[in-house]
Amino acid sequence: MDVLGNYKSVISARSTDKDVLKKSQDGGIITTLFAYAFEEGIIDGAIVAGPSDEPWRPEPMVATTKAELLAAAGTRYTISPNLYLIKEATRSYGLDRVGIVGTPCQIQAVRKAQLYPIGMRDVDDKIALALGIYCMENLSYQALEAMVEDHCNQKMESVKKMDIGKGKFTVYTERGAVSQMPLKLIHKYVQPGCHVCLDYVANLADISSGSVGSPDGWSTVFVRSMKGNDVWDGAIKAGLFETKPMDQVKPGLDLVKKLATEKITKNQKNVDARKTVGLKADGTPKGLRNPYESP
Amino acid sequence: MAEKISIGELHLSGCTGCLVTLADNYEGLFKLLDDYADLAYALTLVDVRHVPEMDVCLVEGSCCLDDKLSVEELKEARAKSKVLVAYGACAAYGNITRFCRGGQWNQPGHESYVPISEVVDVDLYIPSCPPCPQEVRNVAVMAYLLLRGNDEQKKLATAYLTPLMQLAQRGNEACGCDLMYDVINQGLCMGCGTCAGTCPVRAITMEYGKPNVNRDLCIKCGACYSQCPRSWFNFDVMNNYEGIMDAIKGAMQ
Repeated sequence: MDVLGNYKSVISARSTDKDVLKKSQDGGIITTLFAYAFEEGIIDGAIVAGPSDEPWRPEPMVATTKAELLAAAGTRYTISPNLYLIKEATRSYGLDRVGIVGTPCQIQAVRKAQLYPIGMRDVDDKIALALGIYCMENLSYQALEAMVEDHCNQKMESVKKMDIGKGKFTVYTERGAVSQMPLKLIHKYVQPGCHVCLDYVANLADISSGSVGSPDGWSTVFVRSMKGNDVWDGAIKAGLFETKPMDQVKPGLDLVKKLATEKITKNQKNVDARKTVGLKADGTPKGLRNPYESP
Repeated sequence: MAEKISIGELHLSGCTGCLVTLADNYEGLFKLLDDYADLAYALTLVDVRHVPEMDVCLVEGSCCLDDKLSVEELKEARAKSKVLVAYGACAAYGNITRFCRGGQWNQPGHESYVPISEVVDVDLYIPSCPPCPQEVRNVAVMAYLLLRGNDEQKKLATAYLTPLMQLAQRGNEACGCDLMYDVINQGLCMGCGTCAGTCPVRAITMEYGKPNVNRDLCIKCGACYSQCPRSWFNFDVMNNYEGIMDAIKGAMQ
């Protein structure tokens, strides 16, 4: 399978909603799509990474209004266990049509829950829209804290925006300071579970989006499924996005492909290396579990 | 339409929740019975007194070793069915019957309950308490394709059912601890929250992006482990999720 997954179309896009753009990380694709899906009755609510008591620590929440979506907009570079609410959303919240946003691994979990609903009663046909975000690797909250406070020398609560791009992790503070650290320094902070992930652009989402490949303030959007196609067409018709063809923007699709290939190649090596991590008494290698082979 | 397959449910020491789950497919159950499967044997649903020959036998509940009839019926079901399924957590992992110590009215002598794989070979697991109606439906459709379909359908059904068969090979112990042993300790957890979402007794919370299991609440149903995307994940099936879901939906219409 292609490193970019199956997709019907790919386009560079930006929300036309000023309120969304003020809050969004890049092109405001996810927030705008969910807001559109609410309005059209495509979803009753969406599971998003909402705010919590601690600065920059996301907490999964079910959003049912645009205001809640806006409160959850923007990227936080740490774990939000969104799947935690997937069954709850159909129970306590009583949603019949659930939207969910997630990293590639989370979208994999969504599809597994639909095809093998072992402990996910009545979930499979209630996932109405699964939106994916590109992800190279993720960090625990404590790791993010160490990066922001130790490496970048800023207080978590004073940070206005965090961004990863052009080889750097950048922190913007409320008072206008900009601190950076090189991306290669964050590798020791990455959670180990990310090293076996073979998906960069959320291959299994209905629509997936991320900044890579598009100009600043824009996002690269893959439309992947029939459902994703319907929603995207509707949103475009409603004038919710301005778009540019992918082959006319810089740095373009080649960069997405390059990063996806890098991630998958590196992590496939990690998966393979697990087979020979250990040593048996007779001198032959002893392996760790491979989640892609068997339980 | 090819000939139907036959499915039965053998009821051992369980709470009937699994049987009810089968019925929780509502009109889907009628569709399954109309087109794909005959219900050959099932407590209260079918008037058959003795374990018959079957293609697929779903076994609900764990096996009480102190109850001769349970042991004999389980062995008989094994001998008479092509595919024996541990249907639900009690049959697969013991579930709450793991905590039985006898002394219960009106059979105080019944005190030893084991997952069925300790008595007979099991081909396939459908864990969780209760199992999900949609999973039973999917397994039933796939079993039909495996036994009656064309080559392509057989291939898909095999790919779909393989992890569930491997779960049966993996063993008869599962609980929240397996997340720790087989996923976190192995460097595989990425904090998606599936385990906490799937737990039927809310024994799992997510602490800073990783599961924390309250062992006093855990009932050993295996849902968290088998639903975890990092316990197993088959790309051949999941990458074709749209086609497969449409096919199952189509089959049920």
